[in-house]
Amino acid sequence: MIETLIALAVIFSQLSLLAFGGGNTILPEMQRQVVEVHHWMPASEFSALFALAQAAPGPNMMVVTLVGWHVAGWAGMLVTSLAKFGPSSVVTILAMHAWNRFKDRPWRRVAQKGLVPVTAGLVAASALLIAQSSDASWLAWAITGACALLAFKTRIHPLWLLGGGALVGLVALPYV
Amino acid sequence: MDQHLHSQDPAPEHAPAPTTREIFMGFLGLGLTSFGGALPLARRTIVDRHRWLSAAEFTDLLGLCQFLPGGNVINLSVALGMKFRGLRGALAGILGLIAGPSLVVIALGVLYEHTQNDPHIKHLFAGLAAAAAGLLVAMAVKILMPLRHDPRAATIAALGFVAIALLRFPLLPTMLVLTPLSIFVASRVERAQAADAKTDSKPRANEVSK
Repeated sequence: MIETLIALAVIFSQLSLLAFGGGNTILPEMQRQVVEVHHWMPASEFSALFALAQAAPGPNMMVVTLVGWHVAGWAGMLVTSLAKFGPSSVVTILAMHAWNRFKDRPWRRVAQKGLVPVTAGLVAASALLIAQSSDASWLAWAITGACALLAFKTRIHPLWLLGGGALVGLVALPYV
Repeated sequence: MDQHLHSQDPAPEHAPAPTTREIFMGFLGLGLTSFGGALPLARRTIVDRHRWLSAAEFTDLLGLCQFLPGGNVINLSVALGMKFRGLRGALAGILGLIAGPSLVVIALGVLYEHTQNDPHIKHLFAGLAAAAAGLLVAMAVKILMPLRHDPRAATIAALGFVAIALLRFPLLPTMLVLTPLSIFVASRVERAQAADAKTDSKPRANEVSK
């Protein structure tokens, strides 16, 4: 149990400091650690937890809390949350003092610009990996495709898309 | 710090500096009511409703929060709390933001664990997961679209995608290689553009044109 908690602390504090461009960039590494390295759950279960977290309100990284709870109960949830949200918060506090001095420096704009393509590649990787482990049938792929198209082309609220996907799954997946 | 509280501005753009409790409650409400990304609602809460920050201050603080690792709204809750009430405020901000959603998400997790063997529920969750993957795909496309006219940025994005999604490399070494490379490329482009702007009068064959 203690080893599990230590492993959670190490994994998520590293992820905390690597999450440039927001939480979705670290999903592949989180999945790799949780599924492939530590075998805490199969990939399909990781995707299910991700989906649950998407359906909940709040910042989009609540999957972290859920993974910690699923792996090691309340203690796991506390350790994981602290490890994921602590280090990046400390960096934020430290950076606030320096921000006014360096926000207009050219290197800051260059660094920010340089991070964009890295973020883009990582979010694309997240999308592929989550889709692969969520979609076991052609119908699930169709739901993913339809939701992606609707979310990209329209301004439908994401909760409607999640609800619609769940409904289609409930009604039609038994026949696939 | 306290003079903020008592300053009598006749036409205040700002509300008085929030107390630790107000920061906690503000972010608690934000956390519990923001579905599908908290940023638009964060702006409405902080700038329009509570007037803790002006629009320009909000944009400036958000710029910092997006630059740093971590979720932008999570960093924002820390930064805003820190700005007004120091460490206690920072703690109040982030705890307020994640306390509600943590409990909701665990309630959903309990529900999932108790029902996951029911075939109906299984199909329902499979549909939900497929839809959630779709939302992520749409977000990826939105982030990738602006890069399509920039072959260098697109190449770096493609390298990151291949390394993480196809080769399943660990994130740390991938970022240690890719991030400096990407920043180096961005600085080269920046310098080339600056040089172009200077030597506008005497055109030269440069590598930026294609």
